Amino acid sequence: MNQLLDQYPKEINTILAKYPADRQRSAVMPLLHLAQRQNGYVTKQALADIAEILNLSTTDVASIVGFYSLYHEEGGRYRIQVCTDLPCALRGADEFLGKLCENLGIKVGETTPDGLVTFEEVTCLAGCHRAPMFQMQGDGEITYHENQTVESTLKLIDELKQHNGAQEGK
Amino acid sequence: MSEYILLRHRDVPHIDQLDVYRQHDGFEAFRKAVTAMQPADVINEVKASGLRGRGGAGFPTGTKWSFLPNNLWPHYVVANADESEPGTFKDREIMEGNPFQFLEGLMIASYAVQANVAYIYLRGEFWQIAAGLDKCIAELEKAGLLGENLFGTSYSLHVYTHLGAGAYICGEESALLESLEGKLGQPRLRPPFPAVAGLYGKPTVINNVETLTNLPPILHKGAAWYKSIGTEKSPGVKIFCLSGNVNNPGNYELPLGTTFRHLIYDLGGGIPGNKKIKAIMPAGASSFIIPATDKALDTPMDYESVPALGAQLGSASVIILDESVNIARVIRKTTHFFKHESCGKCTPCREGTYWMDHITQRMVDGTARPEDIDLLEAVAKQIQGKCLCPLGEFSISAVLSSVKPFRQDFEELVAHEEVKTSV
Repeated sequence: MNQLLDQYPKEINTILAKYPADRQRSAVMPLLHLAQRQNGYVTKQALADIAEILNLSTTDVASIVGFYSLYHEEGGRYRIQVCTDLPCALRGADEFLGKLCENLGIKVGETTPDGLVTFEEVTCLAGCHRAPMFQMQGDGEITYHENQTVESTLKLIDELKQHNGAQEGK
Repeated sequence: MSEYILLRHRDVPHIDQLDVYRQHDGFEAFRKAVTAMQPADVINEVKASGLRGRGGAGFPTGTKWSFLPNNLWPHYVVANADESEPGTFKDREIMEGNPFQFLEGLMIASYAVQANVAYIYLRGEFWQIAAGLDKCIAELEKAGLLGENLFGTSYSLHVYTHLGAGAYICGEESALLESLEGKLGQPRLRPPFPAVAGLYGKPTVINNVETLTNLPPILHKGAAWYKSIGTEKSPGVKIFCLSGNVNNPGNYELPLGTTFRHLIYDLGGGIPGNKKIKAIMPAGASSFIIPATDKALDTPMDYESVPALGAQLGSASVIILDESVNIARVIRKTTHFFKHESCGKCTPCREGTYWMDHITQRMVDGTARPEDIDLLEAVAKQIQGKCLCPLGEFSISAVLSSVKPFRQDFEELVAHEEVKTSV
């Protein structure tokens, strides 16, 4: 049984149709993006499912997860990834991230105690002119949040918690 | 500038809508190419315009296209939308604000080399942009501008987006192709070049988003018009990404040959707090660091003049450093970036960036030894000229161009060592 195929038959067909029939390996990255949608990371089951769909070994698929920084094997359901590269740093990104972590009582790389949000430091996101900025990864999406303050980010996290709590309560 | 050529969304509201784009001559250039021009005519027109690749290398676009052999098929075109150089954020604005002009450019390039399939390789972080482009592509298919037998001719074209997943190296074209084939993003040994053996081993053109976005106006208004903008050897407009210690950071579309001073002071509003400018990095983190002398400030930003300063124009990501910035801390940021982004294939780059990262970490931690400055320079020199792709080379540009002119900044950091050990 292929859980991924059962869950996203339409999406998977659309992805496979993008590449020549004898070059289906190209679909490995889009399929990994799809596999992360539910949990925020690629499960062992998803690795096996993708390997089966593309006729690759599980190790082959895992090597792609290991190489590219947007794929994860564990962590929170959401990830807030703050750019601290040179242009952002010149606009106060390091101070921003430091204060944010201080407010939340966690360190860079750690996840909030409720398992909801992991905080990470990342390299350039092409938002240099609107720093401090970060991207949020979760629910299979990546959204940009620019010209941020510690207050605006804390507010966003609160909203995320409320939204998530409301969903779980249903 | 009176009228934008690339960032047209700043002049024309809602040009990101297909009907608005078409009301402003949208897809007329593509129609003209497919219905009234031979592929070779398109290549010749682009050659005549003098357009050079905007991704960083500055290679003449029409010439790059003409390298594809006509006895090997199919041909592919890939748009490089992996914009990842620290300090670069221009392709993003084009794809967000003026997506149809970019797509039309990609379609013209595809017709010129007779590719029936084109891919847009976007960095994974551009998830929202890819979703927007997918919507645009669906609209073009519906409008009969993409698909089979376009304008009643025998020419067919399909365009697909493909998301990367966070790897700077995939902006390098052969690593991009590996990634698009579903493999680790590591550069290929060349030759053969992608023009002969590219995607799936087939002849492939890879062009930057900004390069492609220049094509519709070039075909529409003609090569002579385009060549009248900019300088003789660097014709046309370029989007300069201005960031760092400057009052008005952002994208500036300007004729090539505009001076640094005009960009930084007249348009960028100068340095915050009226501080003095210390140095310029004209090509992002990969850049040589140029001390901001009057001579440097009055240098025209084009493909010939910037190299004369001992640097390169690259993708024109101009990072400004003011007098309060310690250059050794800048180097800490750039070396950390390259250590993180080295793909690991070539030993000098993999190990060299690792050690430069360690040495500069010691410097900012206050645990460096005075001899670490020379050690940093020595490691950088051992990377020089020894790697398959330019990443290794890029990782040392800032190091080698700063250790001598800004040695005092490094000494300031290593001086902490004595204090530390004596306490």
